Amino acid sequence: MTEAIATDRNDPAAASAEEAIRVEDLHKSFGNLEVLKGVNMSAKKGDVVAIIGGSGSGKSTMLRCINFLETPTSGRIVIGGEEIAMRADGSPASRKQIERVRSRLGMVFQAFNLWTHRTLIENVTEVPVHVLGVPKAEAHDRAMALLERVGLAEKAATYPAFLSGGQQQRAAIARALAIDPSVMLFDEPTSALDPELVGEVLTVIRDLAAEGRTMLLVTHEMKFAREVSDHVIYLFEGRIEEQGPPEAVFGAPKSERLKQFLKSVA
Amino acid sequence: MEQVIELLSLSPPGWGGNLLRGLLHSLEIALGAFGFGLLIGLGGAIGKLYGGPVLRDILAVYTTVVRAVPELVLILILYYVGTDLINKAAGAMGYGRVEISGVAAGIWVLGIVQGAYATEILRGAIKAIPIGQIEAARAFGMPPLKMLRRVTIPAMMSFAIPGLANLWLIATKDTALLAVVGFNELTLETRQAAASTRAYFTFFLAAGALYLMVTLLSGRVFARIEKWARKGQPGHRRAGA
Ligand SMILES: Nc1ncnc2c1ncn2[C@@H]1O[C@H](COP(=O)(O)OP(=O)(O)OP(=O)(O)O)[C@@H](O)[C@H]1O
Ligand SMILES: [Mg+2]
Repeated sequence: MTEAIATDRNDPAAASAEEAIRVEDLHKSFGNLEVLKGVNMSAKKGDVVAIIGGSGSGKSTMLRCINFLETPTSGRIVIGGEEIAMRADGSPASRKQIERVRSRLGMVFQAFNLWTHRTLIENVTEVPVHVLGVPKAEAHDRAMALLERVGLAEKAATYPAFLSGGQQQRAAIARALAIDPSVMLFDEPTSALDPELVGEVLTVIRDLAAEGRTMLLVTHEMKFAREVSDHVIYLFEGRIEEQGPPEAVFGAPKSERLKQFLKSVA
Repeated sequence: MEQVIELLSLSPPGWGGNLLRGLLHSLEIALGAFGFGLLIGLGGAIGKLYGGPVLRDILAVYTTVVRAVPELVLILILYYVGTDLINKAAGAMGYGRVEISGVAAGIWVLGIVQGAYATEILRGAIKAIPIGQIEAARAFGMPPLKMLRRVTIPAMMSFAIPGLANLWLIATKDTALLAVVGFNELTLETRQAAASTRAYFTFFLAAGALYLMVTLLSGRVFARIEKWARKGQPGHRRAGA
Protein backbone atom coordinates (compact mmCIF):
# COMPACT_ATOMS: atom_id res chain seq x y z
CA MET A 1 0.00 0.00 0.00
CA THR A 2 2.43 2.63 1.16
CA GLU A 3 5.31 0.52 -0.05
CA ALA A 4 5.86 2.66 -3.11
CA ILE A 5 6.16 5.80 -1.02
CA ALA A 6 8.47 4.23 1.51
CA THR A 7 10.97 3.24 -1.13
CA ASP A 8 10.88 6.52 -3.02
CA ARG A 9 14.48 7.55 -2.45
CA ASN A 10 14.28 10.90 -4.14
CA ASP A 11 11.68 12.27 -1.85
CA PRO A 12 12.59 11.66 1.77
CA ALA A 13 9.91 14.04 2.98
CA ALA A 14 7.20 11.95 1.39
CA ALA A 15 8.77 8.79 2.76
CA SER A 16 9.00 10.16 6.29
CA ALA A 17 5.29 9.74 6.83
CA GLU A 18 5.75 6.01 7.12
CA GLU A 19 9.44 5.29 7.16
CA ALA A 20 11.27 5.17 10.47
CA ILE A 21 14.72 4.26 9.32
CA ARG A 22 16.62 3.55 6.13
CA VAL A 23 20.14 2.31 5.63
CA GLU A 24 21.62 2.47 2.15
CA ASP A 25 24.74 0.75 0.89
CA LEU A 26 26.37 0.82 4.29
CA HIS A 27 30.04 -0.08 4.33
CA LYS A 28 32.29 -0.26 7.33
CA SER A 29 35.91 -1.30 7.61
CA PHE A 30 38.14 -1.56 10.62
CA GLY A 31 41.54 -1.01 9.05
CA ASN A 32 41.82 -3.66 6.36
CA LEU A 33 38.94 -5.69 7.68
CA GLU A 34 35.72 -4.94 5.84
CA VAL A 35 32.97 -5.79 8.29
CA LEU A 36 29.96 -4.39 6.41
CA LYS A 37 29.97 -4.81 2.66
CA GLY A 38 26.98 -2.81 1.49
CA VAL A 39 23.93 -3.27 3.68
CA ASN A 40 20.53 -1.96 2.61
CA MET A 41 17.51 -2.05 4.86
CA SER A 42 14.56 -0.01 5.94
CA ALA A 43 11.84 -0.18 8.54
CA LYS A 44 8.46 1.45 8.65
CA LYS A 45 7.05 2.96 11.79
CA GLY A 46 5.90 0.22 14.11
CA ASP A 47 8.09 -2.42 12.49
CA VAL A 48 10.08 -4.83 14.58
CA VAL A 49 13.13 -5.90 12.61
CA ALA A 50 15.18 -8.76 13.99
CA ILE A 51 18.80 -8.97 12.93
CA ILE A 52 20.36 -12.38 13.24
CA GLY A 53 23.65 -13.90 12.16
CA GLY A 54 26.74 -15.62 13.39
CA SER A 55 29.30 -14.12 15.70
CA GLY A 56 31.37 -11.53 13.85
CA SER A 57 28.89 -11.19 10.99
CA GLY A 58 28.59 -7.45 11.65
CA LYS A 59 25.28 -7.19 13.53
CA SER A 60 26.55 -4.93 16.30
CA THR A 61 28.59 -2.89 13.86
CA MET A 62 25.52 -2.27 11.72
CA LEU A 63 23.46 -1.17 14.70
CA ARG A 64 26.26 1.06 15.97
CA CYS A 65 26.69 2.69 12.56
CA ILE A 66 23.06 3.76 12.64
CA ASN A 67 23.66 6.12 15.56
CA PHE A 68 27.27 6.70 14.56
CA LEU A 69 28.82 5.09 17.59
CA GLU A 70 30.90 3.64 14.80
CA THR A 71 31.81 5.83 11.88
CA PRO A 72 30.57 4.25 8.63
CA THR A 73 33.10 4.04 5.84
CA SER A 74 30.38 4.97 3.34
CA GLY A 75 26.65 4.79 2.84
CA ARG A 76 23.57 6.71 3.87
CA ILE A 77 21.61 6.67 7.09
CA VAL A 78 18.14 8.21 7.04
CA ILE A 79 16.18 8.45 10.28
CA GLY A 80 12.55 9.51 10.08
CA GLY A 81 13.12 11.02 6.64
CA GLU A 82 16.16 12.99 7.77
CA GLU A 83 19.45 11.99 6.22
CA ILE A 84 22.42 12.27 8.53
CA ALA A 85 24.98 14.48 6.86
CA MET A 86 28.34 12.74 6.57
CA ARG A 87 31.81 13.98 5.86
CA ALA A 88 33.99 12.23 3.32
CA ASP A 89 35.50 10.10 6.11
CA GLY A 90 32.05 8.99 7.25
CA SER A 91 31.96 11.02 10.46
CA PRO A 92 28.82 13.09 11.08
CA ALA A 93 29.14 16.51 9.48
CA SER A 94 27.02 18.29 12.05
CA ARG A 95 27.44 17.66 15.74
CA LYS A 96 24.08 19.32 16.39
CA GLN A 97 22.30 17.08 13.94
CA ILE A 98 23.82 13.84 15.16
CA GLU A 99 23.15 14.74 18.78
CA ARG A 100 19.54 15.55 17.97
CA VAL A 101 19.09 12.31 16.03
CA ARG A 102 20.82 10.26 18.72
CA SER A 103 18.54 11.68 21.38
CA ARG A 104 15.66 10.12 19.43
CA LEU A 105 17.23 6.68 19.16
CA GLY A 106 16.88 4.56 22.27
CA MET A 107 19.85 2.26 22.45
CA VAL A 108 19.91 -0.76 24.73
CA PHE A 109 23.31 -2.40 25.12
CA GLN A 110 24.31 -5.97 25.73
CA ALA A 111 26.19 -4.88 28.88
CA PHE A 112 23.38 -2.52 30.04
CA ASN A 113 25.82 0.41 30.41
CA LEU A 114 23.80 2.13 33.08
CA TRP A 115 25.63 5.02 34.74
CA THR A 116 26.86 3.40 37.92
CA HIS A 117 27.18 6.66 39.85
CA ARG A 118 23.48 7.36 39.46
CA THR A 119 20.44 5.64 40.90
CA LEU A 120 17.94 3.99 38.60
CA ILE A 121 15.61 6.95 38.62
CA GLU A 122 18.54 9.28 37.96
CA ASN A 123 19.61 7.08 35.07
CA VAL A 124 16.14 7.32 33.59
CA THR A 125 15.77 11.09 34.02
CA GLU A 126 19.32 11.92 32.94
CA VAL A 127 18.76 12.26 29.20
CA PRO A 128 15.31 13.86 29.33
CA VAL A 129 16.48 16.49 31.82
CA HIS A 130 20.05 17.11 30.71
CA VAL A 131 19.85 16.53 26.98
CA LEU A 132 16.25 17.19 26.02
CA GLY A 133 15.52 19.90 28.56
CA VAL A 134 12.40 18.31 30.06
CA PRO A 135 11.45 19.94 33.40
CA LYS A 136 12.72 17.87 36.34
CA ALA A 137 9.37 17.15 37.95
CA GLU A 138 7.83 16.05 34.69
CA ALA A 139 10.82 13.83 33.85
CA HIS A 140 10.71 12.33 37.32
CA ASP A 141 7.03 11.41 37.09
CA ARG A 142 7.51 9.90 33.68
CA ALA A 143 10.58 7.99 34.85
CA MET A 144 8.67 6.57 37.81
CA ALA A 145 5.91 5.44 35.48
CA LEU A 146 8.47 3.75 33.24
CA LEU A 147 10.21 2.04 36.14
CA GLU A 148 6.82 0.90 37.29
CA ARG A 149 6.18 -0.48 33.86
CA VAL A 150 9.37 -2.55 33.84
CA GLY A 151 8.67 -3.66 37.40
CA LEU A 152 11.35 -1.64 39.16
CA ALA A 153 9.44 1.13 40.90
CA GLU A 154 10.58 0.04 44.34
CA LYS A 155 14.21 0.03 43.17
CA ALA A 156 14.12 3.62 41.91
CA ALA A 157 16.59 4.87 44.51
CA THR A 158 18.99 1.95 44.16
CA TYR A 159 22.33 2.10 42.37
CA PRO A 160 22.71 -0.26 39.40
CA ALA A 161 25.57 -2.26 40.92
CA PHE A 162 23.20 -3.57 43.59
CA LEU A 163 20.80 -5.09 41.08
CA SER A 164 20.70 -8.29 39.05
CA GLY A 165 21.54 -8.23 35.37
CA GLY A 166 17.91 -8.64 34.43
CA GLN A 167 16.92 -5.71 36.60
CA GLN A 168 19.70 -3.58 35.18
CA GLN A 169 18.65 -4.37 31.65
CA ARG A 170 15.03 -3.57 32.40
CA ALA A 171 16.18 -0.25 33.85
CA ALA A 172 18.27 0.35 30.72
CA ILE A 173 15.14 -0.22 28.65
CA ALA A 174 13.29 2.30 30.82
CA ARG A 175 16.15 4.75 30.25
CA ALA A 176 15.81 4.29 26.50
CA LEU A 177 12.02 4.66 26.66
CA ALA A 178 12.34 7.87 28.63
CA ILE A 179 13.34 9.77 25.51
CA ASP A 180 10.24 8.47 23.73
CA PRO A 181 12.47 7.14 20.97
CA SER A 182 11.35 7.01 17.36
CA VAL A 183 13.39 3.83 16.99
CA MET A 184 14.76 1.52 19.65
CA LEU A 185 18.05 -0.21 18.99
CA PHE A 186 18.67 -3.41 20.92
CA ASP A 187 22.08 -5.05 20.71
CA GLU A 188 21.72 -8.55 22.13
CA PRO A 189 19.86 -7.33 25.20
CA THR A 190 19.79 -10.75 26.85
CA SER A 191 23.18 -12.18 25.92
CA ALA A 192 24.89 -11.09 29.11
CA LEU A 193 22.15 -12.50 31.32
CA ASP A 194 21.92 -15.69 33.28
CA PRO A 195 19.37 -17.96 31.58
CA GLU A 196 16.80 -17.56 34.34
CA LEU A 197 16.84 -13.77 33.88
CA VAL A 198 16.34 -13.73 30.12
CA GLY A 199 12.57 -14.16 30.34
CA GLU A 200 11.86 -11.04 32.36
CA VAL A 201 13.70 -8.86 29.83
CA LEU A 202 12.07 -10.52 26.82
CA THR A 203 8.67 -9.93 28.42
CA VAL A 204 9.35 -6.20 28.50
CA ILE A 205 10.53 -6.18 24.88
CA ARG A 206 7.53 -8.24 23.79
CA ASP A 207 5.30 -5.62 25.40
CA LEU A 208 7.00 -2.86 23.47
CA ALA A 209 6.59 -4.75 20.23
CA ALA A 210 2.91 -5.22 20.97
CA GLU A 211 2.36 -1.52 21.57
CA GLY A 212 3.85 -0.71 18.19
CA ARG A 213 7.34 0.54 19.00
CA THR A 214 9.70 0.64 16.08
CA MET A 215 12.62 -1.59 16.96
CA LEU A 216 15.78 -3.01 15.52
CA LEU A 217 16.67 -6.04 17.55
CA VAL A 218 19.97 -7.87 17.28
CA THR A 219 19.44 -11.17 19.01
CA HIS A 220 20.52 -14.76 19.38
CA GLU A 221 17.09 -15.70 20.74
CA MET A 222 15.65 -17.22 17.58
CA LYS A 223 12.34 -18.26 19.04
CA PHE A 224 11.81 -14.80 20.37
CA ALA A 225 12.84 -13.16 17.10
CA ARG A 226 10.36 -15.30 15.25
CA GLU A 227 7.63 -14.46 17.70
CA VAL A 228 7.95 -10.67 17.88
CA SER A 229 9.42 -9.51 14.59
CA ASP A 230 7.73 -8.38 11.40
CA HIS A 231 10.88 -8.74 9.39
CA VAL A 232 14.07 -10.73 9.83
CA ILE A 233 17.47 -9.92 8.40
CA TYR A 234 20.13 -12.60 8.28
CA LEU A 235 23.63 -11.16 8.08
CA PHE A 236 26.52 -13.22 6.83
CA GLU A 237 30.01 -11.76 6.66
CA GLY A 238 28.81 -8.21 6.35
CA ARG A 239 26.10 -8.78 3.75
CA ILE A 240 22.39 -9.45 4.02
CA GLU A 241 22.28 -13.07 2.94
CA GLU A 242 18.55 -13.46 3.30
CA GLN A 243 15.64 -11.47 4.64
CA GLY A 244 11.90 -11.63 4.83
CA PRO A 245 8.97 -12.21 7.17
CA PRO A 246 9.83 -14.46 10.11
CA GLU A 247 7.71 -17.38 8.88
CA ALA A 248 9.70 -17.43 5.66
CA VAL A 249 13.16 -16.88 7.14
CA PHE A 250 12.73 -19.36 9.95
CA GLY A 251 10.15 -21.66 8.37
CA ALA A 252 11.45 -21.93 4.83
CA PRO A 253 14.99 -20.59 4.60
CA LYS A 254 16.36 -20.50 1.06
CA SER A 255 20.05 -19.86 1.59
CA GLU A 256 22.26 -22.81 2.49
CA ARG A 257 24.17 -20.64 4.96
CA LEU A 258 21.00 -19.58 6.74
CA LYS A 259 19.89 -23.20 6.95
CA GLN A 260 23.26 -24.09 8.44
CA PHE A 261 23.06 -21.19 10.84
CA LEU A 262 19.55 -22.02 12.03
CA LYS A 263 20.61 -25.60 12.57
CA SER A 264 23.63 -24.50 14.59
CA VAL A 265 21.61 -22.32 16.96
CA ALA A 266 18.66 -24.65 17.32
CA MET B 1 57.43 23.83 80.26
CA GLU B 2 56.32 27.30 81.19
CA GLN B 3 58.99 28.59 78.89
CA VAL B 4 57.69 26.50 76.04
CA ILE B 5 54.20 27.83 76.51
CA GLU B 6 55.54 31.34 76.57
CA LEU B 7 57.49 30.75 73.37
CA LEU B 8 54.45 29.34 71.63
CA SER B 9 51.98 31.90 72.97
CA LEU B 10 49.92 33.52 70.28
CA SER B 11 50.85 37.11 71.08
CA PRO B 12 54.38 38.55 71.15
CA PRO B 13 56.83 37.92 72.58
CA GLY B 14 55.48 34.40 71.85
CA TRP B 15 55.84 33.13 68.29
CA GLY B 16 52.67 31.04 68.11
CA GLY B 17 50.84 33.71 66.14
CA ASN B 18 53.60 33.77 63.53
CA LEU B 19 53.49 30.01 63.22
CA LEU B 20 49.73 30.01 62.73
CA ARG B 21 49.98 32.80 60.19
CA GLY B 22 52.60 30.74 58.41
CA LEU B 23 50.31 27.71 58.51
CA LEU B 24 47.48 29.78 57.10
CA HIS B 25 49.70 30.97 54.26
CA SER B 26 50.82 27.43 53.62
CA LEU B 27 47.24 26.20 53.46
CA GLU B 28 46.22 29.09 51.27
CA ILE B 29 48.94 28.26 48.78
CA ALA B 30 48.36 24.54 49.03
CA LEU B 31 44.65 24.98 48.33
CA GLY B 32 45.25 27.36 45.48
CA ALA B 33 47.96 25.19 43.96
CA PHE B 34 45.87 22.06 44.36
CA GLY B 35 42.90 23.72 42.65
CA PHE B 36 45.07 25.20 39.90
CA GLY B 37 46.77 21.82 39.51
CA LEU B 38 43.39 20.08 39.21
CA LEU B 39 42.37 22.45 36.43
CA ILE B 40 45.63 21.84 34.60
CA GLY B 41 45.27 18.14 35.30
CA LEU B 42 41.74 17.93 33.91
CA GLY B 43 42.75 19.80 30.78
CA GLY B 44 45.95 17.80 30.55
CA ALA B 45 44.21 14.46 30.97
CA ILE B 46 41.60 15.30 28.34
CA GLY B 47 44.32 16.62 26.05
CA LYS B 48 46.40 13.49 26.47
CA LEU B 49 43.42 11.21 25.86
CA TYR B 50 41.59 13.03 23.09
CA GLY B 51 43.95 15.74 21.81
CA GLY B 52 45.85 15.89 18.54
CA PRO B 53 49.43 14.65 18.21
CA VAL B 54 51.03 18.08 18.83
CA LEU B 55 49.08 18.70 22.00
CA ARG B 56 49.82 15.18 23.23
CA ASP B 57 53.53 15.70 22.64
CA ILE B 58 53.54 19.00 24.49
CA LEU B 59 51.73 17.41 27.42
CA ALA B 60 54.10 14.45 27.43
CA VAL B 61 57.06 16.82 27.69
CA TYR B 62 55.34 18.75 30.46
CA THR B 63 54.49 15.77 32.64
CA THR B 64 57.85 14.09 32.04
CA VAL B 65 59.96 17.15 32.80
CA VAL B 66 58.00 18.20 35.85
CA ARG B 67 58.06 14.72 37.31
CA ALA B 68 61.75 14.21 36.51
CA VAL B 69 63.25 17.45 37.85
CA PRO B 70 63.50 17.80 41.64
CA GLU B 71 60.73 20.02 42.92
CA LEU B 72 63.10 22.41 44.63
CA VAL B 73 64.89 23.07 41.36
CA LEU B 74 61.58 23.47 39.54
CA ILE B 75 60.36 25.93 42.09
CA LEU B 76 63.48 28.03 41.72
CA ILE B 77 63.25 27.92 37.93
CA LEU B 78 59.53 28.65 37.77
CA TYR B 79 59.72 31.37 40.38
CA TYR B 80 62.62 33.27 38.86
CA VAL B 81 61.62 32.66 35.26
CA GLY B 82 58.01 33.54 36.06
CA THR B 83 58.77 36.79 37.86
CA ASP B 84 61.36 37.69 35.26
CA LEU B 85 58.91 37.17 32.41
CA ILE B 86 56.23 39.20 34.12
CA ASN B 87 58.65 42.03 34.74
CA LYS B 88 59.92 41.93 31.18
CA ALA B 89 56.35 42.04 29.92
CA ALA B 90 55.51 44.87 32.26
CA GLY B 91 58.65 46.71 31.17
CA ALA B 92 57.76 46.26 27.53
CA MET B 93 54.33 47.72 28.15
CA GLY B 94 55.91 50.69 29.88
CA TYR B 95 55.22 49.79 33.50
CA GLY B 96 57.93 49.64 36.10
CA ARG B 97 58.83 46.59 38.20
CA VAL B 98 55.78 44.75 39.34
CA GLU B 99 55.49 43.55 42.89
CA ILE B 100 54.39 39.94 42.62
CA SER B 101 52.39 38.64 45.53
CA GLY B 102 54.00 35.71 47.28
CA VAL B 103 50.72 33.83 47.40
CA ALA B 104 50.11 34.21 43.68
CA ALA B 105 53.67 33.20 42.88
CA GLY B 106 53.47 30.21 45.20
CA ILE B 107 50.18 29.04 43.70
CA TRP B 108 51.56 29.43 40.19
CA VAL B 109 54.76 27.56 40.91
CA LEU B 110 53.30 24.71 42.93
CA GLY B 111 50.22 24.56 40.72
CA ILE B 112 52.34 23.77 37.69
CA VAL B 113 54.09 21.01 39.60
CA GLN B 114 50.78 19.64 40.89
CA GLY B 115 49.25 19.85 37.43
CA ALA B 116 51.70 17.32 36.03
CA TYR B 117 50.82 14.73 38.66
CA ALA B 118 47.12 15.55 38.47
CA THR B 119 47.24 15.04 34.70
CA GLU B 120 48.47 11.51 35.18
CA ILE B 121 46.07 10.72 38.02
CA LEU B 122 43.04 11.99 36.12
CA ARG B 123 44.11 10.39 32.85
CA GLY B 124 44.32 7.04 34.61
CA ALA B 125 40.98 7.63 36.31
CA ILE B 126 39.23 8.54 33.07
CA LYS B 127 40.69 5.46 31.39
CA ALA B 128 39.38 3.34 34.24
CA ILE B 129 35.76 4.33 33.51
CA PRO B 130 34.03 1.39 31.83
CA ILE B 131 33.79 2.46 28.18
CA GLY B 132 30.10 1.55 28.07
CA GLN B 133 29.21 4.46 30.33
CA ILE B 134 30.76 6.92 27.91
CA GLU B 135 29.17 5.14 24.95
CA ALA B 136 25.76 5.31 26.56
CA ALA B 137 26.14 9.06 26.96
CA ARG B 138 27.19 9.40 23.32
CA ALA B 139 24.41 7.12 22.15
CA PHE B 140 21.81 9.35 23.79
CA GLY B 141 23.18 12.50 22.16
CA MET B 142 24.86 14.07 25.15
CA PRO B 143 27.08 16.97 24.02
CA PRO B 144 30.80 16.67 24.94
CA LEU B 145 30.93 19.28 27.71
CA LYS B 146 27.78 17.97 29.33
CA MET B 147 29.18 14.47 29.12
CA LEU B 148 32.32 15.64 30.87
CA ARG B 149 30.27 17.19 33.66
CA ARG B 150 27.52 14.60 33.98
CA VAL B 151 29.33 11.35 33.21
CA THR B 152 33.11 11.48 32.88
CA ILE B 153 33.97 13.53 35.97
CA PRO B 154 31.55 11.85 38.39
CA ALA B 155 32.35 8.39 37.04
CA MET B 156 36.11 8.83 37.31
CA MET B 157 35.91 10.35 40.79
CA SER B 158 36.17 7.13 42.73
CA PHE B 159 39.27 6.15 40.77
CA ALA B 160 40.88 9.56 41.19
CA ILE B 161 40.23 10.33 44.85
CA PRO B 162 42.99 8.21 46.45
CA GLY B 163 45.61 9.69 44.12
CA LEU B 164 44.28 13.19 44.59
CA ALA B 165 44.31 12.79 48.36
CA ASN B 166 48.01 11.98 48.15
CA LEU B 167 48.56 14.91 45.85
CA TRP B 168 46.90 17.24 48.31
CA LEU B 169 49.20 16.08 51.10
CA ILE B 170 52.17 16.63 48.84
CA ALA B 171 50.85 20.12 48.13
CA THR B 172 50.70 20.97 51.82
CA LYS B 173 54.23 19.77 52.35
CA ASP B 174 55.65 21.25 49.19
CA THR B 175 54.69 24.69 50.43
CA ALA B 176 57.71 24.30 52.72
CA LEU B 177 59.94 24.39 49.65
CA LEU B 178 58.73 27.94 48.97
CA ALA B 179 60.87 28.99 51.91
CA VAL B 180 63.80 29.05 49.47
CA VAL B 181 62.28 31.95 47.60
CA GLY B 182 61.63 33.78 50.85
CA PHE B 183 57.94 33.16 51.16
CA ASN B 184 56.82 33.27 54.78
CA GLU B 185 54.93 30.02 54.99
CA LEU B 186 55.02 27.76 58.00
CA THR B 187 58.54 26.40 57.56
CA LEU B 188 60.16 29.78 57.10
CA GLU B 189 58.23 31.24 60.04
CA THR B 190 59.39 28.32 62.13
CA ARG B 191 62.98 28.79 61.11
CA GLN B 192 62.85 32.46 61.98
CA ALA B 193 61.26 31.78 65.33
CA ALA B 194 63.78 29.08 66.09
CA ALA B 195 66.74 31.18 65.04
CA SER B 196 65.64 34.20 67.08
CA THR B 197 64.99 32.22 70.24
CA ARG B 198 67.46 29.35 69.75
CA ALA B 199 64.59 27.04 70.74
CA TYR B 200 65.02 24.91 67.64
CA PHE B 201 63.58 21.76 69.11
CA THR B 202 60.40 23.41 70.40
CA PHE B 203 59.53 25.20 67.22
CA PHE B 204 60.29 22.45 64.77
CA LEU B 205 58.34 20.02 66.90
CA ALA B 206 55.45 22.47 66.94
CA ALA B 207 55.62 22.87 63.16
CA GLY B 208 55.75 19.11 62.75
CA ALA B 209 52.64 18.80 64.90
CA LEU B 210 50.85 21.37 62.78
CA TYR B 211 51.71 19.52 59.55
CA LEU B 212 50.57 16.28 61.15
CA MET B 213 47.27 17.88 62.15
CA VAL B 214 46.69 19.02 58.60
CA THR B 215 47.37 15.51 57.36
CA LEU B 216 45.02 13.90 59.85
CA LEU B 217 42.22 16.33 59.11
CA SER B 218 42.74 15.98 55.38
CA GLY B 219 42.53 12.22 55.73
CA ARG B 220 39.11 12.56 57.29
CA VAL B 221 37.86 14.96 54.65
CA PHE B 222 39.09 12.75 51.83
CA ALA B 223 37.62 9.65 53.43
CA ARG B 224 34.25 11.40 53.29
CA ILE B 225 34.73 12.48 49.72
CA GLU B 226 35.76 8.98 48.74
CA LYS B 227 32.74 7.49 50.42
CA TRP B 228 30.56 9.90 48.51
CA ALA B 229 32.34 9.19 45.23
CA ARG B 230 31.94 5.44 45.70
CA LYS B 231 28.28 5.65 46.60
CA GLY B 232 27.14 3.56 43.66
CA GLN B 233 29.67 0.80 44.21
CA PRO B 234 29.38 -2.20 46.45
CA GLY B 235 32.14 -2.23 49.06
CA HIS B 236 35.02 -4.66 49.12
CA ARG B 237 33.67 -6.01 52.34
CA ARG B 238 29.99 -6.57 51.83
CA ALA B 239 27.85 -6.84 54.86
CA GLY B 240 27.01 -10.44 55.62
CA ALA B 241 29.34 -11.77 52.95
N1 LIG C 1 36.38 -1.60 17.14
C1 LIG C 1 36.74 -2.62 16.35
N2 LIG C 1 37.98 -2.69 15.84
C2 LIG C 1 38.35 -3.70 15.03
N3 LIG C 1 37.55 -4.69 14.66
C3 LIG C 1 36.29 -4.69 15.13
C4 LIG C 1 35.83 -3.65 16.00
N4 LIG C 1 34.53 -3.90 16.31
C5 LIG C 1 34.22 -5.04 15.67
N5 LIG C 1 35.25 -5.52 14.97
C6 LIG C 1 35.25 -6.72 14.13
O1 LIG C 1 34.18 -6.63 13.21
C7 LIG C 1 33.57 -7.87 13.01
C8 LIG C 1 32.10 -7.75 13.26
O2 LIG C 1 31.89 -7.45 14.62
P1 LIG C 1 30.46 -7.27 15.25
O3 LIG C 1 30.66 -6.92 16.66
O4 LIG C 1 29.66 -6.32 14.43
O5 LIG C 1 29.87 -8.72 15.11
P2 LIG C 1 28.51 -9.29 15.67
O6 LIG C 1 27.76 -9.81 14.50
O7 LIG C 1 27.84 -8.29 16.52
O8 LIG C 1 29.02 -10.51 16.52
P3 LIG C 1 28.52 -11.04 17.97
O9 LIG C 1 27.35 -11.92 17.69
O10 LIG C 1 29.68 -11.83 18.45
O11 LIG C 1 28.19 -9.88 18.80
C9 LIG C 1 34.28 -8.85 13.94
O12 LIG C 1 35.21 -9.56 13.17
C10 LIG C 1 34.98 -7.98 14.93
O13 LIG C 1 36.18 -8.56 15.35
MG1 LIG D 1 27.50 -8.07 18.61
